[in-house]
Amino acid sequence: MSSIGTGYDLSASQFSPDGRVFQVEYAFKAVENSGTAIALRGSDGVVFAVEKLVTSKLHEDSTGKRLFSVEDHIGMAVGGLTADASAILDVAREEARSYRQNYNMPISVKYLNERVSMYIHAHTLYSAIRPFGCAVIIGSYDPKDGPQMYMIDPAGVSFGYFGCAIGKAKQTAKTEIEKLNLKTMTCKELIKEAAKIIYMVHDELKDKQFELELSWVGSHTNGKHEEVSRDVFDDALKYAKASLDDDSGSDGE
Amino acid sequence: MEFVSQNWIPGNFKSVPDTGRTVQIPSKLPEDIELSHDVVQHGWTPITTTTSVLGVVFESGVALAADTLTSYGSMACFQNNPRILTVNQNIIVAAAGEYSDYQFIRDVVEEKVRTEKSLNDGISMKPKALHTWLSRVLYNRRTKMKPLWSTFLVAGIQNDVPFLGEIDKLGTAFVDDQIASGYGAYLALPLMRKAIDEKREKFNSKLTKDEAVDLLKKCMEVLYYRDARSHDKYQIGIITKDSVEVQNLALKPRWEVAKLVQGYE
Amino acid sequence: MSLLSHCGVQELQNSGIHDITKDEVSTGTTIIAAIYDGGVIIGADSRTTTGAYIANRVTDKLTKVCDNIYCCRSGSAADTQAITDIVAYYMDLTSVQMGEPPLVRAAANVFKNLIYENRHQLTAGVIVAGWDSRFGGQVYSINVSGTIVQQNISIGGSGSSYLYGFMDSQYKDGMSQQECENLVLNAISLAIKRDGSSGGVVRMGVINHTGSIQRKLVLGDQLPKFYDNIYEEKPLISSGGDATMA
Repeated sequence: MSSIGTGYDLSASQFSPDGRVFQVEYAFKAVENSGTAIALRGSDGVVFAVEKLVTSKLHEDSTGKRLFSVEDHIGMAVGGLTADASAILDVAREEARSYRQNYNMPISVKYLNERVSMYIHAHTLYSAIRPFGCAVIIGSYDPKDGPQMYMIDPAGVSFGYFGCAIGKAKQTAKTEIEKLNLKTMTCKELIKEAAKIIYMVHDELKDKQFELELSWVGSHTNGKHEEVSRDVFDDALKYAKASLDDDSGSDGE
Repeated sequence: MEFVSQNWIPGNFKSVPDTGRTVQIPSKLPEDIELSHDVVQHGWTPITTTTSVLGVVFESGVALAADTLTSYGSMACFQNNPRILTVNQNIIVAAAGEYSDYQFIRDVVEEKVRTEKSLNDGISMKPKALHTWLSRVLYNRRTKMKPLWSTFLVAGIQNDVPFLGEIDKLGTAFVDDQIASGYGAYLALPLMRKAIDEKREKFNSKLTKDEAVDLLKKCMEVLYYRDARSHDKYQIGIITKDSVEVQNLALKPRWEVAKLVQGYE
Repeated sequence: MSLLSHCGVQELQNSGIHDITKDEVSTGTTIIAAIYDGGVIIGADSRTTTGAYIANRVTDKLTKVCDNIYCCRSGSAADTQAITDIVAYYMDLTSVQMGEPPLVRAAANVFKNLIYENRHQLTAGVIVAGWDSRFGGQVYSINVSGTIVQQNISIGGSGSSYLYGFMDSQYKDGMSQQECENLVLNAISLAIKRDGSSGGVVRMGVINHTGSIQRKLVLGDQLPKFYDNIYEEKPLISSGGDATMA
């Protein structure tokens, strides 16, 4: 970022002369420092996979999770500052709760995406507050609308995706995701690929330890977002490790 | 739902759900309207009502019974309105009284359960907690002169021990092994106590699940004969340590006695 | 649809409190909504009364919430109109936000929230009916106390008291549009005959996948006729030359 120090990067309420808002761009940097998170949208649901970096051996297992349920039927994967992300999670839950109270219906992920995007965007407009240093992916499955998935970045910009990645290795992960024929694949196939991609993009030299997190929502879970079962997890893990061994073998390392 | 914090009043230990807006009673009225006296209405009458609920503890769990009729005055208005709620794997709740107030509490409790579930910490609400919470909600509302016109039975298993408690519209809460509200308190409760006492005296044990369910069926039949706001379709909710079920049942009333009656003397 | 009959002016000024034990709550109307195999039929009479005076004899009690959702109002005209206006505004807003026609269930729940939370100031009973692509034809009845119940058929207003037995005996699941229209027409005509607070014409509406209501009007002199229960004195049979009688 060549313009650092030109004085236009201190406030989110001021543009730089070339039309950029540096505070927001720095927020993107915060996301790029975090462990990778990916989500894949198949024919019958959405799968989430997270590379949860373990920064200390003293941490308890399975703390600091990055996969959440907004409500029963909506999953959320986050990347970036986890405290910021959990604030966003709270906002999303409150949005879902108030929607349900008003309309006696579960909120659609499309509408939730709009609301959360607006909220995040609103934090890029004022000098008194700091933008959120996190990106979130939300996904759900509905028998009528099928699987749906959105990613929201720190600027509050969001798109619907077939496959998306956030965090350190998002470029490599995206390249891998593009190789998959997502539209025809089922969750059961995708969960393995997701695990494989997380293992593939993990940088063992820089980040020694990590925990794999896997969850999904689809027709097979009755539209409920849940962590995958132990069996599925182990299978996916085995598949991921096996294909990594194959790859490294053929590379002649 | 708004969690309104306000000046301290008895029972206001924690935030309890309120229905949005508060009733505005103007302190000063326009001078051209001369009022003979200041009237404040303390409470009101229910409109869409349900009748008795029954609950009985048996050796390994608790069973609740309630019919599915919602009356509008004496009119049998809605004949398929269930009022036994499965809260989670630990709790079932049955309600009697104003049906809209039951729907309100049901929505709040379901929201509590959803919130709890999304925390994903493996902890779920237990019957004593819900019993206490409901007692605070109902007591708080009656203290505000805006009672929820309902009686709730909370049933479940806590620490492997069956739990059954009642809360009424005033916030009166208690725990017992057999509870009946409304007409059930007059007609069913004696039958329930008798059955439980007999079992204890003869066998020194508690009712079995089947005995408890049969007892409730018998009580529902008696209530059907003698409670003019009762109905022949009802539900029985049964909760044990490892199962929760709500059965839909229909009474098979016996009218043979009518054949013995002729004239009025 | 009564404006004042349910809360006499005198009583109102005395206490400012409405006591439902002292007067009938849903006054002066007959309204119906019923599901048929492809949508929903709504119907109502057209009488609005102030006490015994007919303030409007050709009222339209089928009120639009949005293109695919209508409501039938009973109770205070002022209260139900105000609530319906609010819900119509909400639904207009949400259809833009969601990018699709609102769900009937959503509209009904907004009605319920408004009525339940203000039930002590209001006299409002509504039947919300409509069609959406997700759940098809639906009927929700919301009464004065804020109880909401989804039904296949719902009747409301003072005239409904005379109809419960008739509806229970005549309504069937999966009726055709024509069958259902006839049932609604007959029912409202019967209620008009027995309920002094219902009268005038029968207005009906059909809501289905077409996305807009198809309205029907049957004038007061063209309503179906039923048994009048008029006793006709039978002429005595003249027995001619019966000697003993003479």
